[in-house]
Amino acid sequence: MTLHNTTDRIEKEIVLRAPQSRVWGALANAEEFGAWFGMKLEGDFAPGGRVRGQITLPGHGHVTIEIAIERMDPESRMSYRWHPYAVQPGVDYSSEPTTLVEFQLDEVAGGTRLRVVESGFDRIPAARRAEALRMNDAGWAEQLQNIARHVGS
Amino acid sequence: MFAALGDATRLGLVARLGSEGPLSITQLTAGSAVTRQAITKHLTVLATAGLVSDLRRGRERIWELEPEQIEAARAYLEHVSKRWDEALDRLKQFVEK
Repeated sequence: MTLHNTTDRIEKEIVLRAPQSRVWGALANAEEFGAWFGMKLEGDFAPGGRVRGQITLPGHGHVTIEIAIERMDPESRMSYRWHPYAVQPGVDYSSEPTTLVEFQLDEVAGGTRLRVVESGFDRIPAARRAEALRMNDAGWAEQLQNIARHVGS
Repeated sequence: MFAALGDATRLGLVARLGSEGPLSITQLTAGSAVTRQAITKHLTVLATAGLVSDLRRGRERIWELEPEQIEAARAYLEHVSKRWDEALDRLKQFVEK
């Protein structure tokens, strides 16, 4: 699934055993996107539009995400900008640099190839990166506590 | 920080400090077509990004790598990369069911 990582960008490629229209729906429909990504989004995706939402994955607390859609070419390409996640609740990131996430869909035998590129990490402040890692550790600690609580009750 | 490395001279300085250990400006400038002043400017860019630091030894400044910062940058990308792997696994289950 993983291609390669350089310092500024992350590239992923995956073949999904589903028609291109189905994969496009899972990306372009904000509700569906949120369902698999782990977000509760308010509003619809449209080029130039902004959609806000909350991360619903365990261990992320009440983190608000804002997705700024740039491009939507039906069943082919979609891109948006955001502040790379694992962010700290209560911090205003609006003045900080964003990363660009690009999805590209191609029909292949037996399904759809999805390519994901997230780029622009070179402009993310070092302090934010360190914080994201700390948040990640905290997230795991919280999850382990949840498990301990669950099995102990 | 990654932008700080997006320059051949700076990348060369980081590579030298990595393989040879702490070096003075004189040592870093020797055998280079780039002036001492330019080297100093590049080192300042790297220092701002947290990649190198300097300490005074007598009348010379000695420059060395800050490996924790480089490791932190790498670990961060690794972290974001893993989150994408997990998200795409969930997408796969979502569209293939």
